[in-house]
Amino acid sequence: MKLLLSIAVTLLRAKLRQSIVAAVGVMFSITMFVALLGFMNGLNDLLDGLILNRTAHIRLYNELQATPRQPIAVEQDGQRVAGTPPAHHFVRSVKPKDDLPRLRNGEAIMRAMERDPRVLAVSPRLVAQVFFNVGTVDLNGQVSGIDVAQEIRHYRFGDHLTRGDPQDLATGSNTVVLGKGLADMMAADLGETVQVTTATGDRAMLRVVGIFQSGIAEYDKVQCYANIRTVQKLLARPAGYYTDINLKLHDLASAPAMARELAARFKVDAVDIQTANAQFETGTTVRTIISYAVGVVLLIVAGFGIYNILNMMIYEKLDTIAILKATGFNGADVRRIFLSLSMIIGLVGGLAGLVAGLVLQVLIDHLPFNTAALPTITTFPVDHSPRYFIIAVSFALLTTWVAGWFPARKASRVDPVEIIRGK
Amino acid sequence: MSTARDILAVEKVNKSFHDPVTVQVLKDVAFSVARGEFVSITGKSGCGKSTLLYILSTMDTDYQGDVVIDDERTHGLDGERLAAIRNEKIGFVFQFHYLLPEFSVLRNVMLPGLKLGRKDAAEVEADAMERLRELDMADQALKMANQLSGGQKQRVAIARALINDPLIIMGDEPTGNLDKRNADTVFGIFQRIAAEHRRSLLIVTHDPDFAARTDRNIVMDDGRIVG
Repeated sequence: MKLLLSIAVTLLRAKLRQSIVAAVGVMFSITMFVALLGFMNGLNDLLDGLILNRTAHIRLYNELQATPRQPIAVEQDGQRVAGTPPAHHFVRSVKPKDDLPRLRNGEAIMRAMERDPRVLAVSPRLVAQVFFNVGTVDLNGQVSGIDVAQEIRHYRFGDHLTRGDPQDLATGSNTVVLGKGLADMMAADLGETVQVTTATGDRAMLRVVGIFQSGIAEYDKVQCYANIRTVQKLLARPAGYYTDINLKLHDLASAPAMARELAARFKVDAVDIQTANAQFETGTTVRTIISYAVGVVLLIVAGFGIYNILNMMIYEKLDTIAILKATGFNGADVRRIFLSLSMIIGLVGGLAGLVAGLVLQVLIDHLPFNTAALPTITTFPVDHSPRYFIIAVSFALLTTWVAGWFPARKASRVDPVEIIRGK
Repeated sequence: MSTARDILAVEKVNKSFHDPVTVQVLKDVAFSVARGEFVSITGKSGCGKSTLLYILSTMDTDYQGDVVIDDERTHGLDGERLAAIRNEKIGFVFQFHYLLPEFSVLRNVMLPGLKLGRKDAAEVEADAMERLRELDMADQALKMANQLSGGQKQRVAIARALINDPLIIMGDEPTGNLDKRNADTVFGIFQRIAAEHRRSLLIVTHDPDFAARTDRNIVMDDGRIVG
């Protein structure tokens, strides 16, 4: 095999220019493959992160809805006389009683979840609909009371703050962080106070300690955050009054099963991240498929390049093949020579492509990228994961092997007598 | 008719070309070559002498009859075994197709030896240099093959044919493309190989002088041996 390899190298060096052209073709496609997929996936991660990073893996809440089993039906079942047919009742649409979708036994659920080994973090929320009073105008808004320390650690709360310090929200009372859209509409700046009215008509003054920008403009026009204690006070509710409990799990994939389990155990509604964000998964999948398709097409085109050049080389080297065969090299030897020739081109081009791809990735990574929607991003996102490098180089080797195999087989079948007598 | 001292025995070889019409080019060809014998084959153009040579060299397998090389019947052997026989037992010298232009003279001579793998690279190289020295080509060893003149190329081709100490050297008009002086040199080399190395030679030629000076001349006409 060493001998065959040295013959292949000698043949390559004799056709250095063509070989370099073929290798550059492979290099180019690998470069593009690595850069394209790294960039695409970086973008995917960024867009998904917009939603997924600050989304709980499981959200426990209590949806207000009319009970499917109306009280009259319960009553009737209880008093049914044996032997009589079930009667039809016409009373329907009994409305829910409580005006706030509070989570019953919120504190007990919290404690249970904190002990659960599958759970990474538990954070309560209290979401309240409010009006912001700006002069005579009332702006619709939603205040989320949060456990600030937990949100900073597990939901990257600080990442979205364009101004102000999230710690101020944790320590101060009656403080609020406004969405950028909302702050603009109210012309509210840091340190100023805004007046809010709750659904029950209570009023309170909140001091603005930060402005956040989530990347989704509609959201920023209504959303604001406050310490959970502040919101509980605002609504005149005791500590332990929550509307949501958010869970981060150690294993994201187990979220759907666990959500079902918790819903049954605590008799609450539970939604998992996969169900809540199915559309993002779809978007990510489609983008990934497209980038792989483009990358693979590039590699196949490079493969055709190698195929062509090898075919040409074999026509030019018919004499050499005939002599090799006449002097005792068999068909398999000749095939191996041309196959290794192709593989050398693939390997050299592939490795050069990996290096060039990395350089291109770094370049893209340093291109400025400023968008109002993404305040913390200053350059294009690139995923430098080694996965793409491994895929690219294995695919390059596979393509060059296939592209080399057909010409190599043709070379192995050259009849030396025909060539030698043909002269 | 094959005896222990015969290197090559040809038994009733028949061959036809079928394109465009069937023409029988070899008709019941049979002969044998003994060890150390210098045999030439002559005949008119198209009498089938080259065709016969390619059958004997095991490169052409499309024929009836059998060819026995060193007591091994070759008809029906697979390509790999035939290649091994060519590599080990047959040295070949062509009229036109001399050398691999991408390789140096030394490397050209070494290749069949490296393929055989009986000796390591250093020994094969020493052997190759020895062969080149015998043929007065040692000083050209590191030149590329395409930098040599025709006569020099043919001498290198002979050195290559000898590298594995083959039992028989076959040549298809090896002097056909050379001037008188070079042709004489090549003939001298062949004679020495037969006499000193006790190798058999089977050379197809159209040069009557060449044929007359060999141990035995086989004359072919219209696919048959006539003398």
